[in-house]
Amino acid sequence: MPEIKVTPLGAGQDVGRSCILVSIAGKNVMLDCGMHMGYNDDRRFPDFSYITQNGRLTDFLDCVIISHFHLDHCGALPYFSEMVGYDGPIYMTHPTKAICPILLEDYRKITVDKKGETNFFTSQMIKDCMKKVVAVHLHQTVQVDDELEIKAYYAGHVLGAAMFQIKVGSESVVYTGDYNMTPDRHLGAAWIDKCRPDLLISESTYATTIRDSKRCRERDFLKKVHESVERGGKVLIPVFALGRAQELCILLETFWERMNLKAPIYFSMGLTEKANHYYKLFITWTNQKIRKTFVQRNMFEFKHIKAFDRAFADNPGPMVVFATPGMLHAGQSLQIFRKWAGNEKNMVIMPGYCVQGTVGHKILSGQRKLEMEGRQILEVKMQVEYMSFSAHADAKGIMQLIRQAEPRSVLLVHGEAKKMEFLKQKIEQEFHVNCYMPANGETITLFTSPNIPVDISLGLLKRESAIGLVPDSKKPKLMHGTLIMKDNSFRLVSPEQALKELGLGEHQLRFTCRVHIQDPRKEHEMVLRVYNHLKGVLKDYSVQHLPDGSIMVESILIQATAQSEDQGTKVLLVSWTYQDEELGSYLTSLLKKGLPPTTA
Amino acid sequence: MAAHLKKRVYEEFTKVVQQQHEEISAKKLRLTKPSKSAALHVDLCKATSPADALQYLLHFARKPVEAESVEGVVRILLEHYYKENDASVRLKIASLLGLLSKTAGFSPDCIMDDAINTLQNEKSHQVLAQLLDTLLVIGMKLTENPAVRMRLLDVACKYLTDASHGVRNKCLQLIGYLGSVEKGAAKEAESLATKDVQKIIGDHFNDQDPRVRTAAIKAMLQLHERGLKLQQTIYSQACKLLSDDYEQVRSAAVQLIWVLSQLYPESIVPIPSSNEEIRLIDDAFGKICHMVSDGSWVVRVQAAKLLGSMQQVSSHFLEQTLDKKLMSDLRRKRTAHERAKELYSSGEFSSGRKWGDDAPKEEIDTGAVNLIESGACGAFVHGLEDEMYEVRIAAVEALCMLAQSSPSFAEKCLDFLVDMFNDEIEEVRLQSIHTMRKISNNITLREDQLDTVLAVLEDSSRDIREALHELLCCTNVSTKEGIHLALVELLKNLTKYPTDRESIWKCLKFLGCRHPTLVLPLVPELLSTHPFFDTPEPDMDDPAYIAVLVLIFNAAKTCPTMPALFSDHTFRHYAYLRDSLSHLVPPLRLPGRKLVSSPVSPSVTPHEDPSQQFLQQSLERVYNLQHLDPQSTQELLEFTIRDLQRLGELQSELAGVADFSATYLRCQLLLIKALQEKLWNVAAPLYLKQNALASAAAKQIMEETYKMEFMYSGVENRQVVIIHHMRLQAKALQLIVTARTTRGVEPLFGMCENFLQEVDSFQRCFISELPHMQDSFVDKLLDLMPRLVTSKPSEAVKILQTTLRQSTFLHLPLPEQIHRATATIIEPAGESDNPLRFTSGLVVALDVDATLEHVQDPQSTVKVQVLYPDGQAQLIHPKPADFRNPGPGRHRLITQVYLSHTAWTEPCQIEVRLLLAYNSSRSKASTRLSKSTWIDSMEALPPSEYGIEGTIPFSKPVKVYIMPKPARR
Repeated sequence: MPEIKVTPLGAGQDVGRSCILVSIAGKNVMLDCGMHMGYNDDRRFPDFSYITQNGRLTDFLDCVIISHFHLDHCGALPYFSEMVGYDGPIYMTHPTKAICPILLEDYRKITVDKKGETNFFTSQMIKDCMKKVVAVHLHQTVQVDDELEIKAYYAGHVLGAAMFQIKVGSESVVYTGDYNMTPDRHLGAAWIDKCRPDLLISESTYATTIRDSKRCRERDFLKKVHESVERGGKVLIPVFALGRAQELCILLETFWERMNLKAPIYFSMGLTEKANHYYKLFITWTNQKIRKTFVQRNMFEFKHIKAFDRAFADNPGPMVVFATPGMLHAGQSLQIFRKWAGNEKNMVIMPGYCVQGTVGHKILSGQRKLEMEGRQILEVKMQVEYMSFSAHADAKGIMQLIRQAEPRSVLLVHGEAKKMEFLKQKIEQEFHVNCYMPANGETITLFTSPNIPVDISLGLLKRESAIGLVPDSKKPKLMHGTLIMKDNSFRLVSPEQALKELGLGEHQLRFTCRVHIQDPRKEHEMVLRVYNHLKGVLKDYSVQHLPDGSIMVESILIQATAQSEDQGTKVLLVSWTYQDEELGSYLTSLLKKGLPPTTA
Repeated sequence: MAAHLKKRVYEEFTKVVQQQHEEISAKKLRLTKPSKSAALHVDLCKATSPADALQYLLHFARKPVEAESVEGVVRILLEHYYKENDASVRLKIASLLGLLSKTAGFSPDCIMDDAINTLQNEKSHQVLAQLLDTLLVIGMKLTENPAVRMRLLDVACKYLTDASHGVRNKCLQLIGYLGSVEKGAAKEAESLATKDVQKIIGDHFNDQDPRVRTAAIKAMLQLHERGLKLQQTIYSQACKLLSDDYEQVRSAAVQLIWVLSQLYPESIVPIPSSNEEIRLIDDAFGKICHMVSDGSWVVRVQAAKLLGSMQQVSSHFLEQTLDKKLMSDLRRKRTAHERAKELYSSGEFSSGRKWGDDAPKEEIDTGAVNLIESGACGAFVHGLEDEMYEVRIAAVEALCMLAQSSPSFAEKCLDFLVDMFNDEIEEVRLQSIHTMRKISNNITLREDQLDTVLAVLEDSSRDIREALHELLCCTNVSTKEGIHLALVELLKNLTKYPTDRESIWKCLKFLGCRHPTLVLPLVPELLSTHPFFDTPEPDMDDPAYIAVLVLIFNAAKTCPTMPALFSDHTFRHYAYLRDSLSHLVPPLRLPGRKLVSSPVSPSVTPHEDPSQQFLQQSLERVYNLQHLDPQSTQELLEFTIRDLQRLGELQSELAGVADFSATYLRCQLLLIKALQEKLWNVAAPLYLKQNALASAAAKQIMEETYKMEFMYSGVENRQVVIIHHMRLQAKALQLIVTARTTRGVEPLFGMCENFLQEVDSFQRCFISELPHMQDSFVDKLLDLMPRLVTSKPSEAVKILQTTLRQSTFLHLPLPEQIHRATATIIEPAGESDNPLRFTSGLVVALDVDATLEHVQDPQSTVKVQVLYPDGQAQLIHPKPADFRNPGPGRHRLITQVYLSHTAWTEPCQIEVRLLLAYNSSRSKASTRLSKSTWIDSMEALPPSEYGIEGTIPFSKPVKVYIMPKPARR
C-alpha cells in the first residue's frame, strides 16, 4: 500500500522552528528549516539527527523547500546545510532568496556579536548555503528529479511567501507555509487552485480566531497611535524587520500624510533599508494597488518615515518607532522597551503573535513586573496594546483555503495544541476528511491509492467503448485487453497485438462441460426443448438452432448426445471459448438447474 | 437627295451597330449581379488546391451580396461543398452560408433543407459545429415559423450526443435560442415540448466538458430571457454546479441561481442535513453570498453584483452579510440564531483585537457551530475587503441597492461604508461616497462616523471632494458638535482648495436647512458676537465668512428665534447676500424690517410665484400692444427685454424662460428696427450706409434664432416653428436688402429661388402648425405663393417687403421647462500674471475644468476653442471620457488642451472658451429637408450664414497668459 509519511521536527503543535519531513512515493522532502524564538539552547534548532543517524543528509533528502523568509521558517538553514551537512537543492521563491540572507546575517550578528555565542554559523556559511538555493517563480512547475515536481502558489503573508505543492505521480502534498487569506495594504491574498492534494499541511496559528474586518483593525490601530502621539507619548511597535513592518509603514505613512501630522516616525536602520530596497524591486509580488500605482510613485518610498538612531530614543516629545525584533525577545526593540516602559504616557503595540517565553508574550498576558537579565526587575507602566496584524489566515481563512484546494486529508502544524484540537474537529465535521495534528517527532502515515496511468491504443479504446451503451465518461468502465508491463511502463493492447509483439502463436482455450439431463424423450425433441427454454430465458442474445441438431448461443455451442447406458439421461455438451467465459458459465448453471416441466 | 438620304441611313445603320455593341457591354455589366455566383463558381472550379479555394472564399466574403442573388450563391457554395475534401474549405463555406443567410431581405428557409442535409455526411466536428451555427442564424431569422423551429430542434437534439464539445455547444445554443417558449396553456403538445427542452438542457449540466456545461447554463438563461418560465427543479442542479472546477461554469451557475431565485422567491426548499426548510430566495442568497469568497475573482464580481438585486431576501439573512462572526447554523430559526450569538460571546472565538481572548474554554456543543455552511455570513465583509477593487466596487454597489430597500440594513452597513472611504483605490472611495449619498435618507451619522467622512475632505481629488459635498448636502447629523465639526472641516477645505467655493456654499446651505435647531446654539460662536462688546465687522468678501453666513441664514429660515442673535452688520450682510447670492440665501422674515423680496400674501396660491406672474404679465403686454405706434413699440420692447434679463438674473429658476423670451423679443425688436429705417423709400445708390444696419440686423437675428433653437433644453415643436419662422423673416429681410444693394438680376435670381425653396420646406416641415399662425408672415406668403413663383425677382422682392411689413408679431408660447445651456470655466482662472512658458514648436498642456449645465449630449456638442492673438483659432474636441455627470442636467468637463505656437517676443494672452456645436440636420424640423437644397444654397451664399453646422459660444472667454519661447540652440 503506497503511503505518505509526515513527521514534524518542529512546528508540531507548536509555533516556531518549522521543519516538517515528508516522504511521498519514496521521495523525502524537508519543508522549512526554522529556528525557535523562545529558546537559546539546542532546542532552538530542529533535531536533524532524527533524519538519519549515520550517513549523509544529502543521500536521504531529495530536496528542501523554504516557504518564506521568516526566521522561524528559514533560521536553521545555514546550520543545517553547512554545519550538519546537506548539499542537495534548496528551493525558495526569488524574493525569499533575496531577503533571507539579510535576516540570517542579522540573526547571526545578534546571537554571536551581542550574546557572544560560539559554535554558531558564520557569514561565509550563510553565503555558501545560499549558493545551494534554486529560485522558483509562482506557478512554475519545477522538476526536482524525474518524478518529483514542485510548484509554488502565492501565499500573501510576507513578500515572497509561497505555498508549495509537492507531487510525485498522482500523489501530492500541499504545504502552505504561513499564509493570509485577506489582502492587506501591501500584499494580496493567498490563492490556490482546486489541486485536490492527498494531504494539505496547513498552518493554524489563528485556529480559534475570527478576526474583525481589516479596516476596523486599521482604524483602531491608527486611533491608538494618534491618541498616544497627541498626548505626547512615545509609541513602540516591535515588528519583524520585514513583512508586517512594511504594511504598518504604508498605513502610518498615508495616515500621517492625510492628517498632516508632524511627530516623527522612525524605523530600525540597516536591515530595513536593505529590505525596503527589495520591496521596491519585487513589485509584482505585492497587491493590486501598489502594482497599479508604482509607475507614478513606488509606495515603498516613504516620505515621513526616517531611519532610527539609538540616540533618538531619549529625545523628548512624541514619536513612533518601529523596532525589531517583533516579540521583544532581544535586540533593539527590547532596549527601547526597557527605556520607555516606566512612563505611563508611552505605549507599546504588539502587532502580532508572540511565542511563549518571549517578553512580548509575558507583557501581553498581563505581567507588570519583568525579570530581566542580571536579576533586574523592570516595572512596566506603559500601556500595552495588542493588535492582531500578523498576516496569518484566521479560522475562516483556513477553512476557505481547504475549500479551495479540496484535499483528501488535512494536517495541522504551526499552532498551539489546544487551538488545533478545536479546528481539527471543525475540519472533520465540515469537510468529512481526516485531520491530523502530530506533535514534534510523531509520524503520521497516510495510505493513498494513487492512480496508475496505462497507455492504451486508440483503436482498442474506440473498439471497447463502442461496445455497450452510450459512453458515460464519469463512470468506470470494464475493458478487455492485454496489459503489457515493460520498461517501467504500462500499456494496454489488444490480445492479437500482444501476441504479435511477443511472437507467440494464438492458442484457443475452450471449456467443455457436460450437463446431465434426465429426459426420456428423443434427442432432437429434447434439443428443441432446450432451445425453446433458452430462447425464453436469454432474450437479449441470439439463440440459433442449427440444422445439425446443435444450438448456438452467440458463439457457444450446445450439443446433445445420448448416454449409452441410460436412455433416460441425456448429456448436453456445452462448449465455449475463454472469451465467453461469463456467458458460458452462466449457461451451464442455467442448464444444470434443469429444464422447466413441459406444459404441452 | 436620295443619295444623301441613303448616306444618312447608312450612317444611322452603322451607328446602330455601334450602339448594339455598347449595349452588349452594358448588358454584361448588368449581368454581373446574378453572375456573382457564376464568377464564384468559376473561381472555385479554377482553384487547384484547398488553399486556393480558401483564398477565393475569403476574398468573396469581403463583398456584400444582394438579397436576390443570395440563393444562387448558396447553391454554388453547396455544390462545391459536397465536392470538397478539405475540412477548412468546408468550414469556410459553412460560415459563409451563415453570413449569407443574414443578408437583409433574404428569407433563408429555402436553404435550410440543404444545410440540414449537409450535416448528415459531415465527419469533421469543426465543420459540424459551424454548420449548426449557420442553422442557428437561419433559425434566428425564421423564429416566427414553429415548424422550422421544431425541425431545427430535432437536429440539435440529434447532434447533442456528438463527441466534440464544439458541436454539443452549438446544439445547446440552438436549443436555447429556438426552444419553444409558448405557455403550456396554448397546446398540450407544445407544453410537453417545453418540458423536454428544459430537461435536455438540464441533462447537459453534468457534461464532461466544462465548455458544454457553460453552454448548457447559458442556453437555460437564454430560454429565460426569451420568456420561458424555468422549472424550479433545476435549482438543485444549479446549486451543484456552484462547486464546479471551472470558473466560467460557476459564473454562469451563479446567474442561473439568481434567475431562479427571482422566479420562485417564496418556494420552500429543504436544508440538507436537517429537517428544516427555508424560502428559496434566502437559500439562493446564502449560496450566492458564499460565492463572494470564491477562488476566481470573475465569479466574485458576478456574485457581488447579483446580491444587490435580491431585495426580497429576509432581513435577518441580509444583516448577517455584515456579520463575519461565527454563528451556529444560521438557517435555523431565530432562537437558534440567538443561541449561537451567545455561544460566540462565550468566547470560543476571539476577535483578534484583544490578547488572550482566544484562550480555549470549556467545550460547548460544537455541533451547532458551523464554519462553512454559514452562507450569507459576512459576505459583504469579505467582498469589501477583497483583493481586487472590481469586487469591492461591485460589493459597494450591491450594498447600495440593498440599503435603499431596507432602512435597517442601511443603518447597519453605515460603518462599513464609512470604512470604505479610506480604501486605497479612488474609484472605490468615490463609489462608496455616492452610495452613501443615495441611502442618506435612511441614516443619521454618528460623530465618529462623521469624523471619518470629513477626513476625506482633504483628499486631493476634486471628484471625491465634490462627491463628499453632495453627500453632506443630504446627510443627517445628530449633534451640534457634528455640525460644528462639519463646518470647521469644510472651511479647512475651503482654504486648502479655494476652487471648491461654490460647492461648499451649496453644501452649507443644505446643511443649514436640515439642522436649524442644531445650528441655533452655535450662532453666537460662529458670528463671534459678544454680549457686551462689539466685535469688529468681518470682511464681507471673505469666502469663509460667506460660508458661515450661508449656513446661518438657511438655518434661520425655519428658526424664527435665530435673527435675535444677529448683530447689526449681519443684517446688512444679509441684504447684500440676498441680492448677490440669491440662490444660496433664502428670504427671511426679519423683525423690524420689511422682507426684502416682495411680500408673500397668503391669498396667493403657492405655485403662482409673483415673479412668474410678472413674467407672464410683461409678455402679455408686449403681445397685446400690436397697434402701438412704432416708436412706442420699440420702447416697450426694449423695456421688456431689460426687465426680463434682470428677472432672469434674480430668479435662477426663471432664468431659462426669461432669457428665451428676451431673445425672441430682441429678434423682433431688431426686425422692427430694420424695417422702420427710412431707407426703404430712398433711391438705391444712397443706401450704402444704412443698409449696413439692416443686413447686420438680419445676420444677428439668424444667430439669435440658432441660439434659441440649440442652446435651450426643453424646447418643443411649437417653439421651433416660431423660431424657424423668425429665421425665415430674417432671410426675407436679407433678400430684400441684397436686392436693394446689388445691381443686376443674375445673383438675385438664384437667391429668390432659394428663398422660395425654403418657404416650401418650411411649409412641408410644419404643415401641422400652420393653422396656429394666422396673419403671420408665412401665412401671407403662402397665400401669395403662386404670384411669387411666376413673378420676376424684383417684383417678388417688392411683394416680400410689403408682406414683411404687414405681418404681425407671433406670440411665442412658453414651454413648461426650459433651461439655457451654460458653461463656466473654473480652470484656468484667468487671473494669473505668470505666463505659461514653453518652447515654441512643442506643446504645452493646459488643464481645462468647466461645469456645464443643461447641455444635452455634451460629448458630441461641446468643443473648446482657443483663440490666439494673431486671430488663429483652434477647435478642440474633448474626449467623451472627459465628461463626467455629477448630477441630472449637470456635466463636468475636465480635459487638457494642447497649445502650441511659434515663438513670441513677449507673453500674450490667448482666449479659451467653450462652444456649443449645432447641426441643423439634427434639429427636429430639418430632418425631412432634402440635403441637396442646402448644398445648392451653400454655393450661392456665404456658408457662415447658411451652413448646416455652426457653433455658439456659451461660456465667458477666459484669458490665459502664455509665452512660447524660441528654442535654445
